[in-house]
Amino acid sequence: MTAVTGEAPATGSGVLGQPLDSREDPQLLRGEATYVADIDLPGTAHMAILGSPVAHAKILSIETKAAEQLPGVLKVATAADFTDVMPLPCIWIPGGVESHFPPHPYGLPGARPVLTGDTVRHVGDPIAVVVAETPRQATAALAAIAVEYEPLPVVTRADEALAEGAPQLHEAVPGNLNAYWTCGDKDRTDAAIAEAEVTVELDLVNQRTINSPIEPRGAVGDHNAATGEYTLYASTQGPHNHRFLLSALVLGIPFNKLRVIAPTVGGSFGTKGYLYPDMALVLLLSKELGRPVKWVDTRTGLMNSTVQGRDHRQHVTLAGTRDGRITAVRCTSYANLGAYPSTIGPGVATALMGRSISGMYDIDAAFCEVYAAFTNTVSLGAQRGSGRAEAAFLMERLVDRYASEIGMDPAAVRRKNLVPKEKFPYDNGLGWTYDSGNYQLNFDKAIELSGYADMPARKAEARTRGKRLGVGLATYVAICGVGPSTRMSQEGMLGGTWESANIRVHPTGEVTVTVGSASTGQSHGTVFAQVAADELGIDPDTVQVLEGDTQKAPYGQGTYGSRSYSMAAPAVALTARKIKSKLIRAGAVFLGVPEDKVVYEGGRVHEDGNEQNTKTFAELAMSMWYGWGLPAEIEPALDETTHFDPPDFNYPFGTHVAVVEIDELTGETEVVSYTAVDDAGHIGNPKIVLGQIEGSITHGLGQALMEAAVYDEQGLLISSDLTSYALPRAADVPFFTLDKTVTPSPHNPLGAKGAGEIATVPPAAAVVNAVVDALADLGVQHIDMPLTPEKVWRRLRGEAQ
Amino acid sequence: MNGRPEQFTAQPNELLVERLRDGLGLTGTKVGCDTGQCGTCVVRLDGRSVKSCLVLTASAAGAEVATIEGETTRGGELTGLQEALRQEHGTQCGFCTPGMVMALGELVDATAGGEAPTEPEIREWLTGNLCRCTGYHSVVRGVQRACAAARAEAPATVPATVPEPAVVAASTAAGQEV
Ligand code: FES
Ligand code: FES
Repeated sequence: MTAVTGEAPATGSGVLGQPLDSREDPQLLRGEATYVADIDLPGTAHMAILGSPVAHAKILSIETKAAEQLPGVLKVATAADFTDVMPLPCIWIPGGVESHFPPHPYGLPGARPVLTGDTVRHVGDPIAVVVAETPRQATAALAAIAVEYEPLPVVTRADEALAEGAPQLHEAVPGNLNAYWTCGDKDRTDAAIAEAEVTVELDLVNQRTINSPIEPRGAVGDHNAATGEYTLYASTQGPHNHRFLLSALVLGIPFNKLRVIAPTVGGSFGTKGYLYPDMALVLLLSKELGRPVKWVDTRTGLMNSTVQGRDHRQHVTLAGTRDGRITAVRCTSYANLGAYPSTIGPGVATALMGRSISGMYDIDAAFCEVYAAFTNTVSLGAQRGSGRAEAAFLMERLVDRYASEIGMDPAAVRRKNLVPKEKFPYDNGLGWTYDSGNYQLNFDKAIELSGYADMPARKAEARTRGKRLGVGLATYVAICGVGPSTRMSQEGMLGGTWESANIRVHPTGEVTVTVGSASTGQSHGTVFAQVAADELGIDPDTVQVLEGDTQKAPYGQGTYGSRSYSMAAPAVALTARKIKSKLIRAGAVFLGVPEDKVVYEGGRVHEDGNEQNTKTFAELAMSMWYGWGLPAEIEPALDETTHFDPPDFNYPFGTHVAVVEIDELTGETEVVSYTAVDDAGHIGNPKIVLGQIEGSITHGLGQALMEAAVYDEQGLLISSDLTSYALPRAADVPFFTLDKTVTPSPHNPLGAKGAGEIATVPPAAAVVNAVVDALADLGVQHIDMPLTPEKVWRRLRGEAQ
Repeated sequence: MNGRPEQFTAQPNELLVERLRDGLGLTGTKVGCDTGQCGTCVVRLDGRSVKSCLVLTASAAGAEVATIEGETTRGGELTGLQEALRQEHGTQCGFCTPGMVMALGELVDATAGGEAPTEPEIREWLTGNLCRCTGYHSVVRGVQRACAAARAEAPATVPATVPEPAVVAASTAAGQEV
C-alpha cells in the first residue's frame, strides 16, 4: 500500500473526527446486549473446571467415579480423555529464540495441554472438567473428584526461578529459562556507561497485575452432528484468530468446520485474545455429548486462570552528562512468564517491553536484555499498555533519578533530550523506527496545562494542611498498529497481523461494513460507520457495521494493542475508495461523459461543470444492482474488500503530569490532579477516544496505587478475588485535565495512531515520580508499587524500602 | 417483579441474581464477581439498590424488585439518566452498566426534589460499582447531566440530603437488611 504522508482524513460528509454518540450505548444502557453468559441455546449442558489447589505437584491419581454418580452429572473428563488433542500453541516466540517445548504437530511450539495430566504447575491449572445439567450441579461435582498429589517445590519469582537449584517446571526447559532476549547495542552502551560523567541505577519491581475485565471469560460450544460443524461463542478479542488457532492447530478439524462468534464482550484489556483450554473443551464435549456445552468463569476462577500482566524485576542504568544530556540507558530484566508460555506472552515480555525503553528521548546508546523464566504462577500475557508501560516506567523513573542526581529540574532534563522534530522517522536503536512526532509541542503543552510552574507554591501551601504535595512527569512512546506482517514475523510472530474490511452497498443505497476486528467496548459500530460514511459522503446512519462472527466478517486478527482504528479503519477507508473509484468509472457510463469529467462529491457523482447531470449514491447503488448497460470491464454490484498490511507500525506518544498529596499522618496518597496530553494522530471519534483515555489513565493509576497479584511462598494467589485485589473505584480518581496534539502517522491513509490503551502507559511512572518528589527531602529515591498507605507511611517515618 | 407479580418456589440457598437470570430470563442483571464487590448485579428492592448476588431469593418474597429490564421497554426510549449517560458516553463494554444504572437511579431519584449531589457524593455513591473501562469519569458527568436535566424540568423546592448508599453487603443470614 502506498503510504500517504500526513494526509488528513477525507471530508466527504465531514463526520469523521466528530464526537458522535456511540450507537452501541443505548442497548448497553438498557441491559439488552448479549454477553456469553446470556446465551441460552436449547439443551445446553454446563461445564465446570477443576483447577489445581496447589502450585506445583505430581498428580498420582485422579478418581472421578463418585463425581460421575452425582445428580445431573453427564460427564467427568480428565487429560486421558483428550490424548488426541494437540496442545495449545504459543505463537509469539521472541525473534531468534528457540522454543524448548516439544514441537506442535504444525511446526509450532506446543505450550500447554487442554487438561493437565501429570504435573500441575500453578494454582488453577485445569485438571478435570464436569459437565452437568445445571451450573450448580457441575460445580458441586468438582468437590467429589479425588486427586492425589505429590507436592513439588515451588518458585514464583523469575529471578529465583533462574537461580541454581531452583525447582524445575518443565523437563524440556532446563533452568526454567524460556528465552534470553536482547535488543540494542551492548558494547556501545556499556562503553557509554563506563565513560559517563554521571550514572544512576535503580532496582525496580514492576509488580504483577490482573487486568480484571468486569465480565469474566466464558465459552459455549455447539457441535452440529449433521454437518460436522462446530460453533464457539466466546468472550474473545479476536474471533478469526481463535478460529485459526483452534481449528487446525488444536482440534485438528478443517478451518471451515469451525465458526467463532464473539457476542458483546465485557472488556478485555488484552486478556481475551489468548487461547484458553476451556475454548477447546466446550467444543470437544459438545461433540461427545451431542448438546451445547456452556462454561462461565467466576471472578476467582478468572484470577487463577486468565493471563496476568507486567511482572518484571529489573536492574536499570542511565548515563549522562552533568548538564543533563542522556547518553545511554541499559536494562536487565527478569520477566516472569508464569507456568506456561501463553499464546503471545513471551513476545509481550521481551520485544514489546525492550524495544521501547528509550521512550521519547534521543539517546545514542541503549541496550535491553530480558531473561524470560517459567514459575509456578498463572501464565503471563497482555495487560492494557502491555510492555510499553513497563518500558516507560523504568525510563521515566531513571530520568527523575538522574535529574535529582545532577540537581536539574526533571522537566528541563526531559525537554533537553526529546527526539527533535526534524529527526523523524527516528530509529531508536532498539528496533523501532518512530514514524512521526512533535514531542516538544506535546511536552510543552502538558507542562503549561498542568500549571507545572506553580508547583513550588502549591507544595508550600499543602504543607500548611499537613500534606506533602509531589509532582511527577512521565512521557512515553507506545508502539501500536500491529502491524506489518513481515516485520512481526521478524519479531517471531507466527501468523499474519493484517486487517481487512468489506463494504457491500445494497440496492437501496444503505451500506454494510464488515471488519475482521471485534470490539470489546470500543464502539466499533459507531467509528467504522463514520469512516465509511465520511469517505463515501453519505449519512453514517445508513451504514451498518458487522463484526465478531467469522461466518459474516472478512478475516482479521482482532482488537489488541490499540490497533483497530489504525488497522481495521484504514481497511474500511481503502475499501470505500475502491467503491468510489468504481462509481466514478460506472458514473461515466451513466452520465454519458468521459471518466475524467466525473466528479464524486458529497455522496453523488456529477459531470464536471454541470451539476444537473448527476446521480445520487442511492441511484448509483440501484443502477449497479441492476447492472444494465455496464461495459464488460465493469462488474455489476458494489462489493469490495481490502486487506490492509501497513508498511510499518505507528507510534503514539504523550506527556502526563500527576500531582499527588500525601497525608503526613496516614501515608495515604491522593491524586489531586492529573494532566495528560496524548498524541494519537488523527482521531475518528473524540468522544469515544476521550472515554478510552480516561479509563486508561485510571487503569494505570490502579497499578501505581493499589493493584498487585500477590503469591505466597506456596504459590497460592492471595489476591484472588475483588476483596483482596484492589481495583480503582470512583472515589479514588479525580476528573483529569486532558488535551491532545495531532501528529498524523504516515503509515495508514487515515493518519491514525493507536489510542485505546496508550494512556495506561505513563500513569504508573508519573505517580511514583510524584510520590518520590513529595518525599525527596527524606532521602527517598524510589518506592515500589503499589504505593499503599502503609508503605508510604513507613517511608515517612524513615524506614527503608 | 418490575411491576408484575411472579410466583415460584425458591430453594433456600438460591440467590436472587440466579432467579433473575436463570429462572426468569432477566439477563440484564450481570454477575461479575463472587464476593459482592463489583456491583454488576445491582437491582432495586423496594426502591433501594441492593446487590442481588448477596440476597437470597426467599428473603425477597413480597418485595418489589426492579431490574434494568423494567427501566424502559425493549428498544424503547431511554430514561433521563440513561440518556444523560449516553450523551456522556458513560458506557463502553457495558457490562457494569445495568448495575450502575440501577444504583445511580436511586441517587438521582432520591435527590430529585432537592439539591443535586456533588461530585464527591456521586463518586462515593458509586463505590459499590466497579468499572474497568471508563474510569468512571463519563459516568460521573452523566449523573451530573441527569441531575441538571431533572432540575431544569422541575425546579427544586425541598433541599434534600444525599441518602447513605444502600449498596452494601446483605446480612448472610436472611439477606434482608441491605
Ligand atoms: S456480582 Fe459482583 S457484586 Fe454481585
Ligand atoms: S463499561 Fe466496561 S466495565 Fe464499565
